[in-house]
Amino acid sequence: MFASKRLGKELAKIHDKLPPGISVAKAEDLQEWQMDIKVLDDNPLYRDETYRLTFHFSSKYPIEPPEVTFNRTGGFKVPIHPHIYSNGFICLDLLGKQGWSPVQNVESVCMSIQSMLTGNTKNERPPDDEEFSSRNTKRPRDVNFYYHDNDV
Amino acid sequence: MSADSEDEFMSGMSSEGGFEDGNESDSVSFGEEFEDDEPALDFGLHDKDITSAPKKPYEVDFDVFGPRDIQKYQDKQIDEVGAILGQPPESTAILLRHARWNKERLIEGYMDHPEDVLEKAGLGLAGAVPAKTMVVDGFVCDICCEDEPGLETYAMKCGHRYCAECYRHYLSQKIREEGEAARIQCPGDGCSRIVDSKTLELLVEDDLKDRYHELLTRTYVDDKDNLKWCPAPNCIYAVECGVKKRDLNRIVPTVRCDCGHYFCFGCTLNDHLPTPCALVKMWLKKCEDDSETANWISANTKECPRCNSTIEKNGGCNHMTCRKCKNEFCWICMGVWSEHGTSWYNCNRYEEKSGSDARDAQAKSRQSLERYLHYYNRYANHEQSAKLDKDIYLKTEKKMTNLQSSSGMSWIEVQFLDTASQALQQCRQTLKWTYAFAYYLARNNLTEIFEDNQKDLEMAVENLSEMFEKPTSELAALKVDMMDKTSYCNKRRIILLSDTAENLKNGSWKFNIDINTA
Ligand SMILES: [Zn+2]
Ligand SMILES: [Zn+2]
Ligand SMILES: [Zn+2]
Ligand SMILES: [Zn+2]
Repeated sequence: MFASKRLGKELAKIHDKLPPGISVAKAEDLQEWQMDIKVLDDNPLYRDETYRLTFHFSSKYPIEPPEVTFNRTGGFKVPIHPHIYSNGFICLDLLGKQGWSPVQNVESVCMSIQSMLTGNTKNERPPDDEEFSSRNTKRPRDVNFYYHDNDV
Repeated sequence: MSADSEDEFMSGMSSEGGFEDGNESDSVSFGEEFEDDEPALDFGLHDKDITSAPKKPYEVDFDVFGPRDIQKYQDKQIDEVGAILGQPPESTAILLRHARWNKERLIEGYMDHPEDVLEKAGLGLAGAVPAKTMVVDGFVCDICCEDEPGLETYAMKCGHRYCAECYRHYLSQKIREEGEAARIQCPGDGCSRIVDSKTLELLVEDDLKDRYHELLTRTYVDDKDNLKWCPAPNCIYAVECGVKKRDLNRIVPTVRCDCGHYFCFGCTLNDHLPTPCALVKMWLKKCEDDSETANWISANTKECPRCNSTIEKNGGCNHMTCRKCKNEFCWICMGVWSEHGTSWYNCNRYEEKSGSDARDAQAKSRQSLERYLHYYNRYANHEQSAKLDKDIYLKTEKKMTNLQSSSGMSWIEVQFLDTASQALQQCRQTLKWTYAFAYYLARNNLTEIFEDNQKDLEMAVENLSEMFEKPTSELAALKVDMMDKTSYCNKRRIILLSDTAENLKNGSWKFNIDINTA
């Protein structure tokens, strides 16, 4: 693997100290991690909920972005948000090829997603959710997201 | 096509080899097949006046460029603009790409606010920093977390420094996997500085450099409205043409690439003269939507309208003779052949029913389907006939080659078959699109002329197509006749296209839909 040292360091770091509301659920190897996030303020859309994210790393990580999705099994819900599909896919430009920078990491991705939820007031899914979630069986990296405007 | 002529061509001939696309000339003149460097051959000399005539109404000016020309032209512009702006070539290239090669706008903007322009193009503040890697004490790479002493590192002017290895991985990911070249940004988060070619030269391996330059050339052509890649598979040429998007309802800019491929510069589809792009788009969409309704039409077998025995079509010609009852009929309209080409018979024209027939909605919808099928039938039929014509030509050509020694003809002398076949293909292509055109045409005093031209071309084409079904042994003797029929086909095509293009340019055609909303 290209950046085993990098993932090793990230692993050490996330077991050591993470920002509030973000915690490790499972990170045993260098292929797949599970991270939990909570929204800290009193946003009624997400109050008292813990959401679980799955990170997949390709052998090209961190040159290539990780694949990040919300879990919908194991008792977890997919948070409601105009940029999050009900199948757990996230439309976030920093996770796409254009927006990704190799200096981003698991922690910074979690923080971005956390703040994306914190700032949201809309109790809705993306407009094409039904069509997209039912038809889409691809992996997130094969999806060409058209990024919804990023003011939400 | 007589149904029993099939055996004639079936005796163990596999058809290999395609057409020799003559790439000896850059001219678009459709009469060019008649210009031969062998003057003794008297190839259609009667067409000389047409070939040397000035540009026809449906022809447009264009140029064909190879990858090296494009590179050279690009470099020349970079040098010119670089000299004016006082910027090194690699920065000028980035500026020009960012301005989508609009020189004037770039120079003007730069003169007013150089800093802004540099910043927006991802170049930040000027000031030459030589591109080289260096070793920095106590360096830790933010990408791979390597920190061993002596690590080679690199940063552009923005100062975002990473180990050279990570930089290389990053660039190769962008170029090889993501096909990016002109707009690769610094790996730093949120940094919009564009990776310049100097950085690339320094960091990436040679095979990737080639790919990078290929992609840059690609972006150049993609960025310029007056340049387009030839859509033929694996073709390396680009075509330059000045016809603008807004002109496309008045002209059909058909160009011929050096690879021999004819295509429309407006939409890059295959030659669709005389139909404007907007109608082509509408028509193809309609055919796709209605494909099931229309499917039965493209069937290869029909019944003889007189004796009902099954007739299979195996050549392009639509003049059918039933093997059993010898009835001669037209494959398209199933009408009696002898009436074709006479003044009162019209296979190509759709006869509108009188108003009283179509009073209720059902009758109206039936009539509109009937009308569509009339045109679709003829459209699809010419498409299919063109394929069958080609098949039969390939078989004939093979046989001719075998017969060359016995007939005493040289290779050059049998080229009239090739010429005829190419004319046939091109004319059928045109005919096919005349039916899509006619479908959208609202009747006025010009439609009749159009339909007459269409009919004349159609008859000329069927007559030539029929020649290919003669026994191969007779073909040598038919050479002069075939050449005459070939040049007549081309002449009819030119007449039809000139008339249609002229009226299109003048806005004289009336369509039954709004061509501007397509
Ligand atoms: Zn930077
Ligand atoms: Zn590194
Ligand atoms: Zn070409
Ligand atoms: Zn077109």
